Amino acid sequence: MPTVTLTVNGRSVTADVDARTLLVQMLRENLHLTGTHVGCDTSQCGACVVHVDGKAVKSCTTFAVQCQGAEVVTIEGLAQDGKLHPMQEAFREHHGLQCGFCTPGMIMAAVDIVNRKGAVDEATIREELEGNICRCTGYHNIVKAVEAGAQAMTGKAPARQAAE
Amino acid sequence: MTVTALGAAVRRKEDHRFITGKGQYTDDINRPGQAQAYFLRSPHAHATLKKIDIAKAKAMPGVVAIYTGEDVAADKVGGLICGWMIHSKDGTPMRAGPHPILAQGKVRYVGDHVAVVIAETLSQAKDAAEAIVVDYGVLPANADTSKAQKAPEVHSEAPNNTVYDWHIGDKAATEAAFKAAKHVTTLEIVNNRLVPNAMEPRAAVGEYDAGNDALTLYTTSQNPHVARLVLSAFIGIAPEHKLRVIAPDVGGGFGSKIFIYAEETVCVWAARKCGRPVKWTADRTEEFLCVAHGRDHVTHAELATDAEGKITGLRVKTIANMGAYLSTFASSVPTYLYATLLSGQYAIPNIYAEVDAVYTNTAPVDAYRGAGRPEATFVVERLVEAAAREIGMDPAAFRRRNFVTKFPHQTPVIMMYDCGDYKASLVKAMEMADVKGFGKRRREAAKRGKLRGLGYSTYIEACGIAPSQAVGSLGAGVGLWESAEVRVNPVGTVEVLTGSHSHGQGHETTFAQLVSSRLGISIDNVSIVHGDTDKVQFGMGTYGSRSGAVGMSAISKALDKIEAKAKKVASHVLEAAEADIDFKDGKFTVKGTDKSVDFGTVALNAYIAHKFNPQELEPGLKEGSFYDPTNFTFPAGCHICEIEVDQETGVATIAKWTAVDDFGNVINPMIVEGQVHGGIAQGVGQALLEGAIYNKDGQLVTASFMDYAMPRAHDLPSFDVGMTVTPCPSNPLGIKGCGEAGAIAAPAAVINALTDALGTEEVPMPATPQALWTVIQKQSRAAIAAE
Repeated sequence: MPTVTLTVNGRSVTADVDARTLLVQMLRENLHLTGTHVGCDTSQCGACVVHVDGKAVKSCTTFAVQCQGAEVVTIEGLAQDGKLHPMQEAFREHHGLQCGFCTPGMIMAAVDIVNRKGAVDEATIREELEGNICRCTGYHNIVKAVEAGAQAMTGKAPARQAAE
Repeated sequence: MTVTALGAAVRRKEDHRFITGKGQYTDDINRPGQAQAYFLRSPHAHATLKKIDIAKAKAMPGVVAIYTGEDVAADKVGGLICGWMIHSKDGTPMRAGPHPILAQGKVRYVGDHVAVVIAETLSQAKDAAEAIVVDYGVLPANADTSKAQKAPEVHSEAPNNTVYDWHIGDKAATEAAFKAAKHVTTLEIVNNRLVPNAMEPRAAVGEYDAGNDALTLYTTSQNPHVARLVLSAFIGIAPEHKLRVIAPDVGGGFGSKIFIYAEETVCVWAARKCGRPVKWTADRTEEFLCVAHGRDHVTHAELATDAEGKITGLRVKTIANMGAYLSTFASSVPTYLYATLLSGQYAIPNIYAEVDAVYTNTAPVDAYRGAGRPEATFVVERLVEAAAREIGMDPAAFRRRNFVTKFPHQTPVIMMYDCGDYKASLVKAMEMADVKGFGKRRREAAKRGKLRGLGYSTYIEACGIAPSQAVGSLGAGVGLWESAEVRVNPVGTVEVLTGSHSHGQGHETTFAQLVSSRLGISIDNVSIVHGDTDKVQFGMGTYGSRSGAVGMSAISKALDKIEAKAKKVASHVLEAAEADIDFKDGKFTVKGTDKSVDFGTVALNAYIAHKFNPQELEPGLKEGSFYDPTNFTFPAGCHICEIEVDQETGVATIAKWTAVDDFGNVINPMIVEGQVHGGIAQGVGQALLEGAIYNKDGQLVTASFMDYAMPRAHDLPSFDVGMTVTPCPSNPLGIKGCGEAGAIAAPAAVINALTDALGTEEVPMPATPQALWTVIQKQSRAAIAAE
């Protein structure tokens, strides 16, 4: 069984895992970080999004062994020193969640969008959320939350951007 | 101390755990010594099970046990039930075939449960399942709703695959109305099959406590007490007092988690049998194959109108696909949840509906968000729109001419509408949508090569799914009240135990708002307890938009009792007559004096019991209620969709969505609007994107998010949501319910907009780009031919 060592939410962890173990399985089963969810098996829904070396990654289609030496941040690691991340605050303030199942992946994807694109407008947010499915909210309030979270993260009002 | 009023858009108490990854869903639960279950499923839609050889699989690494239908039969485990009796026209009861938890002798749809493998790890269970050898005798499949009655037989109990042929209304009077009609509008309607796809797949953990001979099932349920009742009384897993069902955080339901399924039942049965906790979590494709699907109607619909544009009759013939087995409430959906709403918002004097429910070799079909009411609304609103166009009337004016305006209103199909103002929601929606400016927008779109259309849906629904006597008279096997218990602690904090179940609806907030406003305490001092049969006395669960109207009304009734008893305690504390005590803003005051005591002090006094004679007044402050309403509730409203179709590609883009709903009194408008948004998205999904497709062999060809088009953020606009209010007279809070409205209203609004844009009534659902492109091509060919 291969041994994997990686940093998760600032803590170095080592585990012996079956070679076919997915990153999400390692997070949920070995590390008991159950905030990262599995909503599909085809990389479509995005409930499993975490950050690997600062980039949003679908942990249901990433092998744990691919993350050797990587820096992984999950939803549990987003708040710092007991203070919620502005994107977490924005989701609560704008009712960007209902059942909460897609929410961790949605928030991690949203933070990544802002990291890449800055203060985003509605059209850009809707395009960028292509890889995250929510069945409850109709996206209306998620879009509002991401827009507000982006403003809080960047201190800027949204600029009109061309979607990729 | 902040009191949160009813009507305040307070932020949700439950959100903190969800946004920090601390929610606890069923798959997050692991029990000591737990083994993993994996189901071997039928790859065939229809086959006899000639032989199942598990010998090699049983010897595979990590295998704990393998069970088949033979083990189920040997243990005398009962089958899954359908809890609503429907009678055919001739009075005979519906013809239901058996529904074993593991297939016995025959498999009837792709995904049907052939065997369960329980192993140390999921991978080992999957590996072992591959080593099971099944000899199938493949039979021809029956997967087409419209042809099911002439297709190979699914159950010998149901000749012609007909579960029932049911009807409602006055056939002769309706025929007479059609004979006398000035105009008859006819539509052939296919209401497409949908997969609910709550983002959390179904899951279960069964655990046996040998010391107490008791079982616990953790499961993704909208109604854990109903699950316990069925598992106990009908399936015979264990008596109710020896079976605990816990539904922790549940990641969406939309109806699909009401039902008692094979997998959850197997987990709790197998836990005792193999002596290990047994866990199962569906992967998404299992969810597609085996969750109860929604809709799937084929309907011939007609509307009769007189010379003044008044509707004189409505007649439908519907074939409703039940799938391969009758799911828990399947039989009620195309009957009492469908045909009883065919009057819509209109005063229609004559209605007659016939419904044939048919078996096919497909996944069972049951309630999905709206359950029967979206199908009814689609029929009525498509007919009304088409009729208005045919007789040359403005669709809004045609609706207004036919609206029910006097309440209560008895329809010809059971329902007694208690209140509403349909004109008000239509007028408000038309203003918000700027219908007056539509012509200009349409011309502007035409310059860009786009076909722009506008469609209305003035829907009505029946929610609450109660009172018990009424549903009982229609065949329901259970009562449909709700229960609540309010426990005031000695320090004045409150726990509410409710039989409703929250799986996204925000009960922890809205229910706490009710307590806060009534008792004058902060919502932070209120916790809502639900989803555990060992904690909550009983409950019927959450579906049919009933938790506000029925569940919260039960809490309100319990709060009445709390207030009454607290007044007695306060009278002793304040040394005044009980009749002289007023309770307001969390304070008990002696009328006409400044003598008062706060709620917390009264709570403490109720428990220390120093100031009253316990022979006359019992210590403690805890009250319960079982509340049964006097009628269904009737939310209604108007949704207007404005859409543009690209003539070159057939891509439809929603330009503007306006919703004006009347939900009666609203406790938390932020949460209510969120429910509307989500409902619209599912309705738009049905209209433009989603469709579960079985091929002729009964293979589900749309069994992943790669093949089944779920609405994504870029498929939808932001929604313009407004409200009108006529308080519901049928429950103490005046609430009607908001959970399903969007899904009920939206499909008709979209298709009415598309048919307006394209100038033909023949637009199918889902109206994918390919479907719309085909319609456009057909029309342009017809136009060329006409020249």
